[in-house]
Amino acid sequence: MLDLNNVCFQQGDFRLTADFSVPTGARVAVIGPSGGGKSTFLNGIAGFIATGAGQVLWADKPMPDHPGQRPLSILFQDHNLFPHLSVMDNVAVGISPNMRLSHSQRHDVSVALDKVGLADKSASFPRDLSGGQQGRVGLARVLLRQRPLLLLDEPFSALGPALKDEMLDILCEILDDTGATALMVTHDPKDALAFADQAVLVTDGHADGPKPIQQLFDAPPPALAAYLGNRT
Amino acid sequence: MAGSIITITLRNILGGAVLAALLIFSIGTAAAVAMRGQGLGVLGVADWSAVRFTLWQACLSAGLSVGIAIPVSRALARQSFIGRQTLITLLGAPFILPVIVGVLGLLAVFGRAGWISGMLTWAGFAKLSIYGAPGVILAHVFFNLPLATRFLLQGWGSVPTERFRVAHSLAASPWAYFRLIEWPVLRSVIPGAFLLVFLLCLTSFAVALAVGGGPKGTTIELAIYQAFRLDFDLGKAASLAVVQFSLCGGLAILAFLVPLPQTDGLGLDRLPQRLDASAHRAADAFWIAIAAAFLIFPLGAIFLRGVGYIPDLPHQVIAASLTSILIALTSTLVCITMALSLALAFARRGKLARSLAEGIGVLGLATSPLVVGTGLFLIIFPYAHPMTFAVPITASVNAMMALPFALRVLMPAVRDTYADYLQLRSSLNITRWVWLSWIVLPRLRRPLGFAAGLAVALSMGDLGVIALFADPDLQTLPLMLYRLMGAYQMDQAAAVAVVLVIQSLALFWIFDRGGQGYVRSK
Repeated sequence: MLDLNNVCFQQGDFRLTADFSVPTGARVAVIGPSGGGKSTFLNGIAGFIATGAGQVLWADKPMPDHPGQRPLSILFQDHNLFPHLSVMDNVAVGISPNMRLSHSQRHDVSVALDKVGLADKSASFPRDLSGGQQGRVGLARVLLRQRPLLLLDEPFSALGPALKDEMLDILCEILDDTGATALMVTHDPKDALAFADQAVLVTDGHADGPKPIQQLFDAPPPALAAYLGNRT
Repeated sequence: MAGSIITITLRNILGGAVLAALLIFSIGTAAAVAMRGQGLGVLGVADWSAVRFTLWQACLSAGLSVGIAIPVSRALARQSFIGRQTLITLLGAPFILPVIVGVLGLLAVFGRAGWISGMLTWAGFAKLSIYGAPGVILAHVFFNLPLATRFLLQGWGSVPTERFRVAHSLAASPWAYFRLIEWPVLRSVIPGAFLLVFLLCLTSFAVALAVGGGPKGTTIELAIYQAFRLDFDLGKAASLAVVQFSLCGGLAILAFLVPLPQTDGLGLDRLPQRLDASAHRAADAFWIAIAAAFLIFPLGAIFLRGVGYIPDLPHQVIAASLTSILIALTSTLVCITMALSLALAFARRGKLARSLAEGIGVLGLATSPLVVGTGLFLIIFPYAHPMTFAVPITASVNAMMALPFALRVLMPAVRDTYADYLQLRSSLNITRWVWLSWIVLPRLRRPLGFAAGLAVALSMGDLGVIALFADPDLQTLPLMLYRLMGAYQMDQAAAVAVVLVIQSLALFWIFDRGGQGYVRSK
C-alpha cells in the first residue's frame, strides 16, 4: 500500500499537499487541470522533489530518500530513452545500471523486448524507432524492473488513438503479470476510464484521495467539471 | 513580382560583393604573400622552432582550457548559489576584453612584481617568471577557459531534466552516470570547443607580443612581426606567413568537418535541478572558486592599480582614444554591413549556400591578422607608403576578424524571420520596403545590437595589424598600453587599461542596449 501521510511536496513556490492511501494493485488515473500539480505529485512520490512535510510510505515503511532506492519505476512523456544507447542497452540499464549483464540477465532483456514486440530491434537506436516503438522500449524496461509501484507521467499523450490503445493494452498486460500498483497522469478522460478503476483529482496544489472513476465522472466536483467542460 | 526580382538581385549583388571582398582579403593577401615569399629555404632553426612552439602551445592551451572547463562547467551546471548568474555573465567578459589588458592583469598577479611573487618572496622562495611559454599558455587559458566553460555549460543545459531523473531512478553508479549523461555531452561539445580554442591560440598575436619571445616562446605570428618590424626582412616575413596560412588553412578544412560550437555568447541558461548537487558540493565549490579567482583577480588588480593614475595620464591618451573609437566605429559599420549582406543573401538558400556561409565564418576564424597585414603591405608597397593607410587597413582587418562572430549571431535570426514570416509576406503582398523596414530589421534589432557590440569591443581591444603598420605618431589605446608596458611604466599602463576597458564596455553596452530598446518599448 502507498501511504501519503499529510505530505507536502514543495517545488520553488509551488506546494502540493496530499493525505490518503492507495491500495496495492490499484490502477489510479491522476487527473486535473494543467498547473494543478499532477507532475509535482508524481515527481514527489518518485523522490525527485523533496518532501517538505509528512511522510511517503510503501508497505508501511518510509520511502528511502534517493529515487534510485525507491521501489518504483517511472515513465515520462519524453526522454525516457538515452539516445546514444541501443534499444538493448536502454532496457538493460533498468536492471544493471552498470550495463554489465550476466547471461541470465541478458536473456531477461530479450524476453522483455519480445513481450513488447521489439525482439528484432534490439540493436537499433532510439532515433531509428517510431514514437510508438520508443514507448514500447520504455515499457520493456518497466517490465524488466519488476518494481511494485509504477508512475506514468503522460507517457503516451503524443501518440495517435490507435497506438495509444495498443500501449495501454501492453501496459495492462504488464500490470496483470506483475500485480504492480500504478498511477498514471492523463489528460484524456477516455484513457482514464480505459486504464483505471479509480482516480485522484489534483487541483490548486491539492490531491484528493482516490475515488471510483465512473462515479467521479458521473458527478464531477466543480473543479473537475470546469476542467472537463461540457463533454458528456 | 518585379519587386521581388529586384530584391533578389540586390541581395545577390551585395552578398557577392562582400564575398569577393573577403576572398581578396584572405586568399588575395595570401597569394601576395606567397609570390613574395622566398620559399621555406630561408627559414632558419629559430623559425622552425617558432612553428613547433606555435602548434605545441595551441595544443596545450586548448587542452588545458577545455580540460579545466569540464569540472568548472559541471559545477556551475549543478550547483545553485548566490552570484551564480553574475559569474556566468562574467564568463562572457574575457571574450570582449582587450587582450593586452588581460595580459597586464595576469602580470599583476603572476608576474615578477605580481601578488604571487610577492607572497613567494615573503615566504623565502624565488619569484615567478611567466615571460615566454608559461605566460603565453597562461594568457591563452585565461581567455579561453571561460569560452570553453560557456560552451560546455550550454551542453549540460541541453540535457532534458527527465534524463537526469531516469538515471537517478535507475540508481546509476558514478560510472554509469558518466556513461548515461555526461559522456554524450562531452563527446558532442569537446571536439568543436577544442578546435575553436586551438584556432584562436594559433592566430593569437597580442599575447605572444606582450609575454612571448625568446627561443622558447616565439609564435609564428610574433616571428612574422619581428621579421617585418625589427629586421625589415619582407621575404622572410612572407615565407613565415605562407607557413601560417597553410596551417590555418588545413585547420579550417578540419573545422569545416567538425561542427564548431555556436559562438554567439547568447547561451540559454537553466536553473540547476539536479539531485546530485549535494554529493559534489565540496569539489564543485573548489572548481568554482578557482575559476572565479582566476577570472576576477587579474582584472581587479588592474583596476586597483590603474584607477588612481588616470588623472596623471599624458594628454596623448585623448588622441589615442579618439583613434581607437574611430577605428572601432568604422570597423563595426563595415562588419555589420558585411554580415547583414551575407545573412540576407544566404539565409534563404539551400544547404550548399549555408555551408558556404559557414565556410566564410571558419575562414575568418582561421585568418591570421598578420598574414593579411603582411599581404596588404606587399600589395600597397609598390604604389604608396603603406603606413599612411594604417587606419583604414586596421579598421577593415578588424571588421573581418569580427565577421565570423557577427555572422553567427545574425544568420539564425535572419533565417528564422524568413521562415516565420515569408509566407505571410506573400499572402499580404507586402512591398520590399515595408518588409525590410517594418518586419526584417525590427526583428533583427536585438541580434544586430549584440553583433555590433561584439564587433566594436573586439576592434577597440585589437592589437594586431595596428602594431605592424603604425608609425610612432599614430597610436590606439591598446598600442599605447603596449608601449607603456615596454617602457616599464606599469602604473600608467594600468591607468590606460582602465580607460580602455571602460570605453570598450561602454561602447558594447550602448550597442547591445540599443538593440534591446525596441523590445522594451513594446
